[in-house]
Amino acid sequence: MFITFFYMLRAAGLKPDTKQWLLLIEALDLGLADSNFSSFYYLCRSIVVTTESDFDKFDAVFLEYFRAIKDMGDIPNELLEWLNSKPLIRDIDDKPEIEDPLRDLEELLKRLEERMEEQKEKHEGGNYWIGTGGTSTQGHGGWNEAGIRVGGEGRHGRALMVAGERRFRDFRNDQVLDLRRFQTAFRKLRQFSTRIDNNETELDIDETIHKTSDNAGMLEIVYGKPRKNTVKLLVLMDSGGSMTPHSAMTSLLFQSVSKANHFKDLQFFYFHNCVYEKLYLSPRIWRGESVDTDFVLHKYGSDYKIIFVGDAAMDPSELYYRWGSSSWNKQRSMAGIDWLNKINDHYNRAVWLNPINKNSWNYLYGGDTIGGISKVFPMYSLTPDGLEEAIRKLLRTN
Amino acid sequence: MKENKDKLNRFSGTESYVITDELRSSVNAAIALEKPLLIKGEPGTGKTLLAEAIAEGLGLDLITWNIKSTTKAQDGLYVYDTVQRLYDSQFGEGDVANIEKYIKPGKLGEAFTKGNQAVLLIDEIDKADLEFPNDLLWELDRMEFYIPETKETVRAKSRPIVVITSNAEKELPDAFLRRCIFHYIAFPEYEQMEEIVRVHYPDIDGKLLALAMKKFYEIREMDSIRKKPSTSELLDWLMALSLSGISLQKIGEKIPYLGVLLKKDQDLDAITKKGRGRY
Repeated sequence: MFITFFYMLRAAGLKPDTKQWLLLIEALDLGLADSNFSSFYYLCRSIVVTTESDFDKFDAVFLEYFRAIKDMGDIPNELLEWLNSKPLIRDIDDKPEIEDPLRDLEELLKRLEERMEEQKEKHEGGNYWIGTGGTSTQGHGGWNEAGIRVGGEGRHGRALMVAGERRFRDFRNDQVLDLRRFQTAFRKLRQFSTRIDNNETELDIDETIHKTSDNAGMLEIVYGKPRKNTVKLLVLMDSGGSMTPHSAMTSLLFQSVSKANHFKDLQFFYFHNCVYEKLYLSPRIWRGESVDTDFVLHKYGSDYKIIFVGDAAMDPSELYYRWGSSSWNKQRSMAGIDWLNKINDHYNRAVWLNPINKNSWNYLYGGDTIGGISKVFPMYSLTPDGLEEAIRKLLRTN
Repeated sequence: MKENKDKLNRFSGTESYVITDELRSSVNAAIALEKPLLIKGEPGTGKTLLAEAIAEGLGLDLITWNIKSTTKAQDGLYVYDTVQRLYDSQFGEGDVANIEKYIKPGKLGEAFTKGNQAVLLIDEIDKADLEFPNDLLWELDRMEFYIPETKETVRAKSRPIVVITSNAEKELPDAFLRRCIFHYIAFPEYEQMEEIVRVHYPDIDGKLLALAMKKFYEIREMDSIRKKPSTSELLDWLMALSLSGISLQKIGEKIPYLGVLLKKDQDLDAITKKGRGRY
């Protein structure tokens, strides 16, 4: 039952779609596997896997699927036919036959569950469930017949129904991170203007018509400055301590911001827990690598937009008292909250991105300070959805 | 459009390009299935050279489209030189009524309109804007595009073999990835590297090669090295070593011409520091 392989791949978090699968079948029909098992392996991989980071997952599934085969002579007939490059004709009634469908199915479901467990812990590649759900409702014809059956029976299996459907929801809310979606979100952070020093390279149509008319019809072409993004961005990131568990997420954010090359200016500063009189130049929070917060406020004018990244979870004393506890900064002129208010007064647009999921803000350690800070800055979850919302907020003019 | 099936345009490497089974399989799959071949891999593993080798091996012309950060998908199809046309109309030069005259095909357009099959290399696609690959989906799928100005559809006479390289600077969109045959060029293993070197320097001294390669792989395996030296650096280094006629013993003791292998100051420091204890 070769199609099991397809579903095993999907279960492992790879996301081959029907088109890719059909392409693989076409390739096998064309005899591209060269009647050779290793060619078959490479062929499969080059079609089904789209990034090298998934090679390992593919290998695991490939091994698992073919482990049962004691030697190469034992390849399923179906596959052997392809490997021998015989033309293969399939009609809609030609469904794969399973000797013991239930056992196969149970095995598959068990594997699915294992994968889900693994996934929950690692929090990555989370949308495969959505993907799998998608396939079970779409599709037609001989190939998907089996697919629907697998999915359909899965829905009747009690364990999978309870476990599977719950996690489906979880993944949707929690939209596990996706570099590309982050990058796309940041692209929306644009405000165009022509009032920037730039070469005049763009045809100014209105002005050209105007001048040409003035010229009694003799063409006079006028070029203007291209519109450029004027958004200037200041990113302030919490570093160390309670942020450590979120480092994968914040580094994803960091990457997507720093790779976005469309900002007029982009500056990063770091702080620990809350902003006080110093901001740090590197996430190491070393005293030697710091500048006065006042200097930053002075240097970067109120037209900068501010993004805070931090869990905002700390001991209330660190936010509200002038003599906060855990810091080496004994001489504090102002409490953390006053600093935050000062920054808020200075800049027109500031948002706070919190790697802690919004649903838990009220319940976790730090709920007090999260609440306090979100009264100063609009706070969003550090997820693609949250980021998109935050960026809309940053761009709002009133 | 399945003429490739019968001919089975099988690519099997060229004299100067050493190819693994793995890569050959991907290349031939891409050709036969008429899908773009997406090549990723460390810098210096010969991604761009592959397209040249395919063109050479199959006796086809190579059309290279170098992507820059400002490249738009439209540039690859055609450019309509409106300003030139306006000017010409003012000064009565040329046949202004003939719009075609002002439509300049881009690289993709060139590959489509060419009578015989060509290899189209879209080099470093990740340099372009994030949406760039999406803008080419239709054109690469259907191998055609429409020019509204002339109400003309440009369709590939002979489907070009499309090779796309990426250095993974940006994530490519999923929809685009799914349409490609993907291949990751792994860094060559020792034996294959030896073969590659032999292709370039057939007369190289065996002992020198063995010693240099040993050092080379040692350096690559060090964790402290940020920018790992690649094939092209090894080749340059071997050239430097054999030209200088340095004695084998000296190479064994320390690493001469280290600057050819390592380009970053920190990396050079890492080796020299280590060297004090080790070499």
